[in-house]
Amino acid sequence: MVDNAPKLSVRNLSVRYGDKQALNGISLDVFPNEIFGIIGPANSGKTSFLRALNRMEEFDANMTVEGDILFEGQDITAIRNVYALRRKVGVVFPLPVGLPMSIYENVAFAPKLAGIKKKAELDEIVERCLIRAALWDEVKDRLDALGSLLSGGQQQRLTIARALSQNPELLLLDEFSIAVDPVTTMRIEDVLKELKEEITIVLVTNLVQQARRLADRTAFFLESELIETAETEELFSGVVKDQRTRDYVEGRFG
Amino acid sequence: MPADVQGDHLSSSIATELNTRGWDWYVDRIVSIGVFVGGVSAIIFIIGIFVFVTREGLDFALGSLDLKEFFTSINWRPTSERNPTYGILALMTGTASVTGLAMLVAVPFSLGAAIYIAEFASGRTRESLKVLVELLAAIPSVVWGFIGMSIMNPLIIEMFDVPVGLSVLNAGVILGLMAAPIMTTIAEDALKAVPDSYREAAEAMGATRWQVIFKVVLPAAKHGLMAAILLGVGRGFGETMAVLMASGHAINIPTSPFDSVRALTATIAAELGDTARGSDHYGVLFTLGIFLFVITFIINLIADVVVKGVGRQK
Repeated sequence: MVDNAPKLSVRNLSVRYGDKQALNGISLDVFPNEIFGIIGPANSGKTSFLRALNRMEEFDANMTVEGDILFEGQDITAIRNVYALRRKVGVVFPLPVGLPMSIYENVAFAPKLAGIKKKAELDEIVERCLIRAALWDEVKDRLDALGSLLSGGQQQRLTIARALSQNPELLLLDEFSIAVDPVTTMRIEDVLKELKEEITIVLVTNLVQQARRLADRTAFFLESELIETAETEELFSGVVKDQRTRDYVEGRFG
Repeated sequence: MPADVQGDHLSSSIATELNTRGWDWYVDRIVSIGVFVGGVSAIIFIIGIFVFVTREGLDFALGSLDLKEFFTSINWRPTSERNPTYGILALMTGTASVTGLAMLVAVPFSLGAAIYIAEFASGRTRESLKVLVELLAAIPSVVWGFIGMSIMNPLIIEMFDVPVGLSVLNAGVILGLMAAPIMTTIAEDALKAVPDSYREAAEAMGATRWQVIFKVVLPAAKHGLMAAILLGVGRGFGETMAVLMASGHAINIPTSPFDSVRALTATIAAELGDTARGSDHYGVLFTLGIFLFVITFIINLIADVVVKGVGRQK
């Protein structure tokens, strides 16, 4: 997997909210077509890491980001069109956010922003993305219903379909299974395994076993620091450099 | 002391405690009665006003008033000795034209201000703007009327080269500026009620600020925004003093914004003091009052229904 150039290359990344340090000097690489897992206890900086990748600091006047984030070799802290970046990077938030519009409009939102107007083309995108997010069969007869009327698990798959609708190169998932039942979680996990043939996925999760099931490589964050990055199998078979990593994956703290 | 006796003693003390009403119980009672009286009194006052206005006007309205003439005639001559006529068509068009123009002024201003305050301004700018807007809403209407007479009037005469500056244009602009602050406050509340997660989700998909506002925030807040506009319309219908002073108070169906008009409310305010109680003129002014009451009631009802989103997607 290390034989090609990294999709995402992070060097010395620090994130602060006011005086509070959320991430401290993180460096890591994510390679094309892998699922990169990030585990760690609450407040370890996992979500801040994802927010920095999508230039989300612009929502939050309090948030400052330092260091280099290279996406396909481009330093995203210096790019001139942040909207184009966000179209290439899909995000799925921990709690599903169905935008206050129909299921169809939710999925067609990003393509419409990108300037696609033809109904047939939009129909095709909506159907393809809903199929890939394992939601199509459940909603194909009521695409005009409000997205917010779906169940929690369906809404989460809707947000995944929405994230896919913009044809992202990189998909960021932030604890997507928090509001989803185990059966649906498994279905989404299967979807992710298929998706990684085409795109690169960064998966932040509180469920250590989910990282084990899905991730090719896994990073362990603790107290704003990156403790270590390793092949997932090694990490879970005990080949770790740091005792704290072993304690965490074995459930002894956190 | 044997155990069972002690048990009896304990349970009887618990029974006493459970059956004694302390101070807090009485205070709670008194407060709930007080709040109930306060809440009900508002309703009683409104009903009382309605009953009073109706009692004074209804006899005349159903008796000697020619309702067809009332709604379709432009002749409002209540003081004519030989042949008084009571047509409010001109007054209605006066009120409607002034309110319509006022909304043309107020809607873009207030929505623009609300969007700026809710979506763009931050920190101190935001707070001071909010205070300023609320301050504007507190300016008495007679002051606005004064501005209309002494500032807008010569300005309009000079700018448009017309003989009179007290007109639909003058009153509409004044009324628009009057209604804008309260509309801004309500519209801003509606925008603030849209969860930030919507904005983040849309921005994360690459939407620009404007796309987020137009495609996500405004549609999500549309009920609140409609309510803000309807409240402004209600304000326009009901406003009296500023319109009386700025509109020229001439009975007229306006054909241009520079025509003077007279509003329904201003007519009541200007004439009621000169009528004899129980006279036809007195009765017709109260009929006007009933009419205004019904219209504002309908507008408020629509606003209420719109806010609750009745008729939204099933």
